[in-house]
Amino acid sequence: MADEATRRVVSEIPVLKTNAGPRDRELWVQRLKEEYQSLIRYVENNKNADNDWFRLESNKEGTRWFGKCWYIHDLLKYEFDIEFDIPITYPTTAPEIAVPELDGKTAKMYRGGKICLTDHFKPLWARNVPKFGLAHLMALGLGPWLAGEIPDLIQKGV
Amino acid sequence: MNRLFFQPHQAGLSKVQAAEYTLRNINPDVLFEIHNYNITTVENFQHFMDRISNGGLEEGKPVDLVLSCVDNFEARMTINTACNELGQTWMESGVSENAVSGHIQLIIPGESACFACAPPLVVAANIDEKTLKREGVCAASLPTTMGVVAGILVQNVLKFLLNFGTVSFYLGYNAMQDFFPTMSMKPNPQCDDRNCRKQQEEHKKKVAALPKHEVAPEEEEIIHEDNEWGIELVSEVSEEELKNSSGPVPDLPEGITVAYTIPKKQEDSVAEVTVEDSGESLEDLMAKMKNM
Repeated sequence: MADEATRRVVSEIPVLKTNAGPRDRELWVQRLKEEYQSLIRYVENNKNADNDWFRLESNKEGTRWFGKCWYIHDLLKYEFDIEFDIPITYPTTAPEIAVPELDGKTAKMYRGGKICLTDHFKPLWARNVPKFGLAHLMALGLGPWLAGEIPDLIQKGV
Repeated sequence: MNRLFFQPHQAGLSKVQAAEYTLRNINPDVLFEIHNYNITTVENFQHFMDRISNGGLEEGKPVDLVLSCVDNFEARMTINTACNELGQTWMESGVSENAVSGHIQLIIPGESACFACAPPLVVAANIDEKTLKREGVCAASLPTTMGVVAGILVQNVLKFLLNFGTVSFYLGYNAMQDFFPTMSMKPNPQCDDRNCRKQQEEHKKKVAALPKHEVAPEEEEIIHEDNEWGIELVSEVSEEELKNSSGPVPDLPEGITVAYTIPKKQEDSVAEVTVEDSGESLEDLMAKMKNM
């Protein structure tokens, strides 16, 4: 399970109400609004905690998302592009975040740059459908992955 | 699945392309139609559903059976969503992360449990996990286990299509002890998938309309009288920290458990912050995010 610090951060991310996927038309728009509100709040929290580590935006339909994330290690700031599609079974299944620049550089990644999340993530997500949204995916998925993989990659000189 | 047909000289081809070549060499009389895309995206899903409903032996007719041989939860859920919506019978198959157990499942929307009716079933491993899991590696793979699962899957397909023997609704395979649990699961009336619930209603109506003597119970629970191997039900779930955060475990026969449980929906003991509706439009919110 995630450590104390992550749990605290996640508890401050607003949870979502609408259980709707990209095929649900009006309800999806409602869900998108909730996603954005939750994300905005999360980014605000991050800025206040001096830990502003990502930006995300989407296409008009909200089905394709892209952005950047940063990781600071030894006083150096590393920046990566990130992207993902919303699967039609969202929010029952979480999107797969991809970091294309790191494709092929680590074992914890599928072909195409999709990050490999731990055993804990999927059951945790499933237990919290539909309350978890993209902000939670970032906090519980991408965040810990960066924290685990980047120092390792730096050390290997990749 | 690709361990079963991919050959070294096919390096560089997509899995479906290599599969077609290998299979065509085995039996040139079979008709193939291949598509290489991610079915979970909105664009591709529509095409996927279209091929299920129109790609039968005669173009325009639905297929008779769908076999799922994918390797991840998301793709299975997607197939489940499509089949529930189309009322399409399908068989799901899979091999565990540690490669020493697998299963097949027959899903008739409305009649048997769909993939979303219950959390993913896991054939209890009953082995010391530490002997298998290696640090830093996510998954193991044994083409032998996959061969066995592929064999029982096709066997079940033959029985289903040619109407002989007993078609298993669920058949598990525990390679470590050579244990093959079977069972059938009724659909969940509170399934998260709206179409599953709808299919259940339709099925009930169909059953009620049948003359009484035609309804034959085909589900039989297999009870193992002598447990000479001392097979125990070991829960694979490691998230069960708090009792009240776990949900009900479905009634399952020996050797099968759920990968995790979903807690009951009502009480929220932990105070959570919910998104408030600030009244801003979607465009406003998108712009706000961009300007941060």
